[in-house]
Amino acid sequence: MLDDQSLLSRRNALKCMAFGGAGTLFALSGGVFTPIDLAMAASDKQSAAKLGRPLFVQISDTHIGFNKEANPDVAGSLTQTIDIVNGMSDQPALIIHTGDITHLSKPTEFDLAQQLFSRLRTTEMHTVPGEHDTSDATVTEYFSRFGKASDNKGYYSFDHAGVHFIGLINVLQFKSGGLGTLGADQLEWVAADLKHRSSSTPIVVFAHMPLWTIYEPWGWGTGDADQLMSQLRPFGSVTVLNGHIHQIVQKVEGNVTFHTARSTSYPQPVAGVGSGPGPLKVPADQLASMLGITSVSVVKHPSALTLSDTALA
Amino acid sequence: MVIAPTRLLIAALSIAILGGMGSSIAAEADSDPSKVVVKDFMFTPMSLTVKAGSTVTWENMDDEPHTVVSNTQLFRSGALDTKETFSFKFTETGTYHFTCSIHPRMVGTIVVQ
Repeated sequence: MLDDQSLLSRRNALKCMAFGGAGTLFALSGGVFTPIDLAMAASDKQSAAKLGRPLFVQISDTHIGFNKEANPDVAGSLTQTIDIVNGMSDQPALIIHTGDITHLSKPTEFDLAQQLFSRLRTTEMHTVPGEHDTSDATVTEYFSRFGKASDNKGYYSFDHAGVHFIGLINVLQFKSGGLGTLGADQLEWVAADLKHRSSSTPIVVFAHMPLWTIYEPWGWGTGDADQLMSQLRPFGSVTVLNGHIHQIVQKVEGNVTFHTARSTSYPQPVAGVGSGPGPLKVPADQLASMLGITSVSVVKHPSALTLSDTALA
Repeated sequence: MVIAPTRLLIAALSIAILGGMGSSIAAEADSDPSKVVVKDFMFTPMSLTVKAGSTVTWENMDDEPHTVVSNTQLFRSGALDTKETFSFKFTETGTYHFTCSIHPRMVGTIVVQ
């Protein structure tokens, strides 16, 4: 028999899973991300207040331009996502988009995405591209719109509220076998970027493809991520945020927390199920529960961050 | 000395026959011998042999977009949505490897003779 407490937490866990499609909310506490149920955060202002002000919300894999059966209205799902973010009692300082803004890298798709993003109350948005954003023949559409922050290199860093953020690109070169690649130039740049930083600085690294190998046969990983991790390990609090696989997978290794966010567009199968990582068709009434966002809060400024995932429904 | 030209002729005939066999096998695999079907996250056939001057067409039959990108940057399609195609004319003999930049495990080869 289940007691009230476990029923409650089970319900919250289900709610949390359901929120998966809308985005993810994170808080990092003592270097470890603690998932926070956004549905709960939205309905219970006191517990939301305890989380502190969300530092940022991660939106991923909006795939504007996708129009197949798995979700014929991805623009509508993104609008719903933006409504959830805009409805948060404390607005996040930043939005981070971890790529696959568009489905086919078409100018009209980027234009629509930017038009939708302009409704966000939080105006500061940082992006990294997904492989769907760099699939135009000339690989210019993403960079002409979002390339300024990185001087068109795709990787850059910035500081906010005592946290050091590093955006990386791992979708332009591929190792044989299909894993993403950071490449020697980018890894050297990271080493220089981290060189004089105190190990007590909380670090948030974000890139589109997972920076750890989740499932190699589908290319769900980054071939030279180990070289990045050896640079990050000395730091006391490292949070690695990715998208790409349209579902939440997370692990903690020492001081490093890895987390992939849900998509706001369509779910994908669990690793290895089916012929490949394509759109997963689910009954219409289940779709919103598989889409979501991630939110990250500073619990004990500046050393603690907390993570939380929220689904669209 | 008289025999040598005959041998050359026989050799030339054998190549012509082998070449003919090659294309008939390709024709059995697909109605269009210069077409690569992109389906279930695979290029089919994975290796296609065509004559110099042939135009090869890739057609995406998946719900997921794919691209066709030469490993040497010789050709690069944009994202192909469902039922979209990309064509490239191969004028010089050689072996051309390509991949899908969205799903880089997908690889294929065009052999131009």
